[in-house]
Amino acid sequence: MIPLSWYLIFAAALFCIGLYGVLARKNAIGILMGIELMLNSVNVNLIAFWRYRAPNGIAGQAFAIIVFAVAAAEVAVGLALIISIYRRRSSVVADEMNLMKW
Amino acid sequence: MSTELLIWLLPLPPLLAFFLIVLFTNRYKGLSHSLAVGAALLSWLGSMVVFFQATRAEHLGSHPFVSVLNWLPTGEKWFQIGIRIDPLSAATLFFVAWTVLMIFIYSVGYHNYGQPKGDHDQKGLQPHGATVADEHGHKHLVPSIEPMYSRFFAFIGLFAFGMYTLVVSDNLLTLFVGWEIMGLCSYLLIGFWYQKPSARAAMIKAFMTTRVGDVFMLLGIAYLYTSVGSLSYSDIFKPETLHLLASTPAIGGFLGFSAAGLIGILLFIGTIGKSAQWPLHVWLPDAMEGPTPVSAMIHAATMVSAGVYMVIRMFPLLQAGSEGGHLTTAMSVMTVIGAFTAIFAATIALAQNDIKRVLAYSTISQLGYMVAALGIGAYVAAAFHLLTHAFFKALLFLGSGSVIHGVEHGVLHTGEKVDPQDMFNMGGLRKKMPVTFWTFLIGGFALSGFPLITAGFWSKDEILADAFANGHWVVFITLALAAFLTAFYTARQITLTFLGEPRTASSQHAQETTWTMTLPLVVLAVFAISIGWIGISESFPVIGGLVPNFIHEFVGSTLAEIPESIPFSFVPLLVSIIVALGGLALGWWVYRDQKAGAEDPLKRMLGPVHNLLKNKYYFDEIYDTIFVRPAYWLADNFTNQILDRGIIDGILHFVARIASNVGHVFRNYIDKPLVNGFGDFVGEGIKRVGRGIKVIQTGKVQQYLLMALVLAFGAMFYFVFALFGH
Amino acid sequence: MTAEQIIFLIVAVVTLVAALSVVISRNLIHSALWLILTLFGVAIFYVLLEAGFFAVIQVIVYIGAIAILFIFAAMLTRRVMQDTGPQSNTNWWIGALIALFLLAGIVFILLSWRGSTTPLAELENQSGRLSQLGLSLVSPDQYVLPFELASVLLVAGMIGAIFVAGDKKQ
Repeated sequence: MIPLSWYLIFAAALFCIGLYGVLARKNAIGILMGIELMLNSVNVNLIAFWRYRAPNGIAGQAFAIIVFAVAAAEVAVGLALIISIYRRRSSVVADEMNLMKW
Repeated sequence: MSTELLIWLLPLPPLLAFFLIVLFTNRYKGLSHSLAVGAALLSWLGSMVVFFQATRAEHLGSHPFVSVLNWLPTGEKWFQIGIRIDPLSAATLFFVAWTVLMIFIYSVGYHNYGQPKGDHDQKGLQPHGATVADEHGHKHLVPSIEPMYSRFFAFIGLFAFGMYTLVVSDNLLTLFVGWEIMGLCSYLLIGFWYQKPSARAAMIKAFMTTRVGDVFMLLGIAYLYTSVGSLSYSDIFKPETLHLLASTPAIGGFLGFSAAGLIGILLFIGTIGKSAQWPLHVWLPDAMEGPTPVSAMIHAATMVSAGVYMVIRMFPLLQAGSEGGHLTTAMSVMTVIGAFTAIFAATIALAQNDIKRVLAYSTISQLGYMVAALGIGAYVAAAFHLLTHAFFKALLFLGSGSVIHGVEHGVLHTGEKVDPQDMFNMGGLRKKMPVTFWTFLIGGFALSGFPLITAGFWSKDEILADAFANGHWVVFITLALAAFLTAFYTARQITLTFLGEPRTASSQHAQETTWTMTLPLVVLAVFAISIGWIGISESFPVIGGLVPNFIHEFVGSTLAEIPESIPFSFVPLLVSIIVALGGLALGWWVYRDQKAGAEDPLKRMLGPVHNLLKNKYYFDEIYDTIFVRPAYWLADNFTNQILDRGIIDGILHFVARIASNVGHVFRNYIDKPLVNGFGDFVGEGIKRVGRGIKVIQTGKVQQYLLMALVLAFGAMFYFVFALFGH
Repeated sequence: MTAEQIIFLIVAVVTLVAALSVVISRNLIHSALWLILTLFGVAIFYVLLEAGFFAVIQVIVYIGAIAILFIFAAMLTRRVMQDTGPQSNTNWWIGALIALFLLAGIVFILLSWRGSTTPLAELENQSGRLSQLGLSLVSPDQYVLPFELASVLLVAGMIGAIFVAGDKKQ
């Protein structure tokens, strides 16, 4: 019998690791990976809540399905962008994309 | 139209003519003189109607034509001005209207209306002639039209307004107004040819000298007003008022005069100035710089007469306080000055060569007669002489103008460079200018007092008779002597000018003047003969009593009591006939053979005295040294340098400097640092803040996210924990 | 400590370590591989939560597509065959701080929340669950709208990705 809180804490930890990745990684692709981790933690949260709090409903599952789809689309577009940027500037270091600097 | 309304309207036509000419018709010479002469005609017509009414009115003296209106509010009462025609002003109105009209008509011809424009004529100089070619192609100079033709008529129009105003006034204030207007016009007209330096000097001299008199007169008027509270004749001449004035001592016990005496003397000083009595006589001879109609009108017939008119009018005041025929102080002063002036001016006239100068000194002398007559109490005689003198003196001046014109014609014709006004360049003009000659002769006889047929005889005889009858021996002898000299210099003048042979080529080619000039001469000559017959004393042998002594009855009724008729005595009559005929004969005899270029015989006779006379007793030089030069010195050194430039300019510069310094301080210490500084500070400050803050925009997405998260979590935890107090 | 709990703990630790390696690893390919392991761990969690379908989906979609995509992208954007320098940027410590802070906060909330100790209920209708899910995604009164939107999103993403990353040299 695994308490819900364990799942939730795990999801929180995963989320925070992902957040750290987003904030601290230099490589743009690394940032995207961090985002993926965050999305996964969200999914875990959703499924856990569904299982423990409303196992007879469908909402949790449907939501999770949609999150899957969105994550996939987002990664595709993001990576396409990164490749396009790489083509122009020959770099994927996030810090070097500072055209919006003052 | 009532008589009073007509009297109000009398001064207006010339004033209207003045304005119309100045504003509109200055360029149109014919229209201008038509306006002026038409205006003079209208006023003349009105004056004749008024005079006629006045002669028919009963007791005009005690019930004059009066009309007043409220003019200035002064506390509880109104200061009133109005018109008043009593016998004195009616008689004055008569001669003023006639002489003004005649002189206006004369001026048309005098200024050569109808003649071509001059070759080199400029405004401000006398016309010099125009070259015309006759049918043979011969070119010769003819007189040219005056360039400032319309201006002249405008000025004499204004002058006529002033004189009419003075005559019809019923109070001293409007009299003074008319007096001053005439003073102004005299100034303007003496200096009519303003580019001549002598004319400019003369106009200023005239104005300044009469001003001296006017200041004292104004003092007298002010004193009178404060004493009586009114300036109207009807108020001043009330017996109670006169009595009060006579018994009150003058301000500050001035020399023991009574108030009436001091006022009278102050007013008389105005007459000394205006009527050119000694010591303020110096301006009148110089005033001959003006055109001859000006000399005739202003300086013979009207303006100088105004001075005498005023003292005649104020006679009750001058006489106030005298008991039983004794002369008051004011009257004694008048007598002395008048008699002295009469003989003084007559002596100077002997030595003058300019035809107009002789007449100028003659005018001064005759005015002295009138003043002396009034001084000894001969009211009617003075008024009578004023009346007759106006006519024959105007006639003489106009005649002299005609002579000068005739000789100038000769000067232009021959091209000779002679002074057309010098009598020693004339001669024989009786043949060339007959009308002028006969009229001038009549005028000259009238001036000399030729017995019976000339007006001057009757009026002069009246004065002498009065002096004799009242026992004023000194006055009688002085005036008789002056009459002798008058006759002498008149005969001198006529002989030199008209009789004998022409002494220069110009007089040889002299020509009679146009009808506009000779017609007035004839009219005035008629008056010069006939006007005397209205004053034949009733007790005169043979003819006395045939005609009533109109003047005595009429003018005398102006006073509260008609003066008594003088009892007839042969002495003054014989004396006046002897001096008149004797003077004329002597004058003719001395000069009958005067040759061209010869010296004046009088020079030999009088020797060094002649020089003194010719230089007018050096009075001009004396006044120059005593008054004029010191005044200039004072004006330049004190008023100009010290007062004006030093003090007033100094104050102004000082204030300006202070203002400038204050401005500097404001600019540099307040405006620039504070106001500008504040504005700049705000702008700079914002820029600096912006520059400081912009660094957070690094362009790096992760940093944006960091910042967002920090702030978001901060806010969230604040709200969750601080507000809900977990 | 039941067997389930032990398995949970082991899998949790492995997943978290793998996740940590994802964000710390210097080599991008290594990160991608660690990501695969993390995703796999999450899939096991789905199994533990009796959501087998999701586990499968996780493996197919995430690991099979997304992770592979990551590897492709990493390879396509390499400058040199070796990565240079540390992978953390200058302000990594703020990020770490925030992450820890957030973690602490969430844990704190979770532990004080009563719902954390909800007992596990039995799942009914075990066999019909998948068809139930499928039906819910297409029935008009349930979740067809999000489903359709998600498909539109996928299409748009596809087109966008092709367009953005496409070779523009014509």
